[in-house]
Amino acid sequence: MKGELKELKLTVNGKSYEFKVKPKTLLVELLRNELKLTGAKIGCLDSACGACTVNVDGKAVRSCSVLALQANGRKVTTIEGVADGDKLHPIQEAMVEYGAIECGFCTPGMVMSARALLGENPAPSREEIREAIQGNLCADEGYVKYIEAIEIAAKKMRGGN
Amino acid sequence: MIVDFEYFAPKTVAEALSLLAQHKGEAKIIAGGQSMLVVMKRGLLTTENLVDIKGIDALDYIKYDEGKGLRIGPLTIHRAIEKSPIIQKHYRVLSEMEHNLATVQTRNWGTIGGNLCHGDPAGDPAPVLIALNAKLKIASSKGERIIETEDFSQDYLEVALEPDEMLIEIQVPTPPPHTGTASEKLMVMKGDMGIVGAAVSITLNPKDGVCKDARIALSNCGSTPLRAKKAEKKLIGKVLNDSLLIEAGEVASEETAPPADVHGSSEYRKEMVGVFVRRAAIKALEKAKAA
Repeated sequence: MKGELKELKLTVNGKSYEFKVKPKTLLVELLRNELKLTGAKIGCLDSACGACTVNVDGKAVRSCSVLALQANGRKVTTIEGVADGDKLHPIQEAMVEYGAIECGFCTPGMVMSARALLGENPAPSREEIREAIQGNLCADEGYVKYIEAIEIAAKKMRGGN
Repeated sequence: MIVDFEYFAPKTVAEALSLLAQHKGEAKIIAGGQSMLVVMKRGLLTTENLVDIKGIDALDYIKYDEGKGLRIGPLTIHRAIEKSPIIQKHYRVLSEMEHNLATVQTRNWGTIGGNLCHGDPAGDPAPVLIALNAKLKIASSKGERIIETEDFSQDYLEVALEPDEMLIEIQVPTPPPHTGTASEKLMVMKGDMGIVGAAVSITLNPKDGVCKDARIALSNCGSTPLRAKKAEKKLIGKVLNDSLLIEAGEVASEETAPPADVHGSSEYRKEMVGVFVRRAAIKALEKAKAA
């Protein structure tokens, strides 16, 4: 039957969940409406702005452009799962410390894109950082500080100062 | 917003094909959905039944054999093709094309097969695969067939798949010796859809430097990817130089009649066809000389 609820099992920020969802539910809708994880923003809902970026099995993905059911059996990490309790992730810390955040709307997506990048490439070049956040739009023109913050975080995560 | 549908997530090709046969004409396949969900959200596409093949692991592979060439599973994500050492070594143009196909997020979830089957004439993979003389393997519950990539697109967002068929493999032959292939597209921002794009493949005779074969395919110049056959003829049988490549670009431009769109007038886009054919041809020639 059209619209019939389907079972969905996935891990979000380390916790396992089971849902029954309408097949047309987008991943971002599941995260925001069912789990109340509102860090992934709905900017354009059209695969353009990147504000809804999350990590699925470690990769940066737009949660507005994936059906929730397509995340079945996968591990999803949202901005809420990035910090270690009260301790910010080095990417978040660097963004705060070096003034990468203006209004903050694009920031969760930026962090998730950066996290995926540093997960697969701990020592990215500046060009690689630029490419990793090419799909995250910032209306405040904060790109340079984001790039610098990610560079600093990468260095810190590698054990440098 | 998206209209409700019944959802199926087959785990094997056989299961997917049987679902397509069962719901003949009333089912749509979704792979990564990076293009499809956009049109579904706008209400431009509705379906009774959605067959989600993203979880069919058997269709996610990159295999290479010197004799047979390259075999890509249609569910291989763009990013995997871009980063594949085998592809970077033997089919560098595919990696370069994937790098500029879209943003990282789209490349992380979208698949090459999904892109081809969406049938958008602005899609980047089809022209490159046409230049590389690639073939597509298509299956239904009744059997399999092989089709030239060039014959796959039928019209805007329409491809040569029967309602019970699906794409199961992309086959790229080993290019002839002394062949170079390159692609270029006009983008507002890196990773954007191409306003126009060109893929050019050039094969040289190493003895006299004469162009033995040339294949030129264009994106976003009409309702399907286009072969610029007159421009190819300009190059075949000649020792190539800059003025011939410029001329080939001009001929290719004359072979097209791109419609005006939000990015530019028909005249502008037509002019750009010439520029981008020339740019791709220069790179292809360099690669052919180095091959």
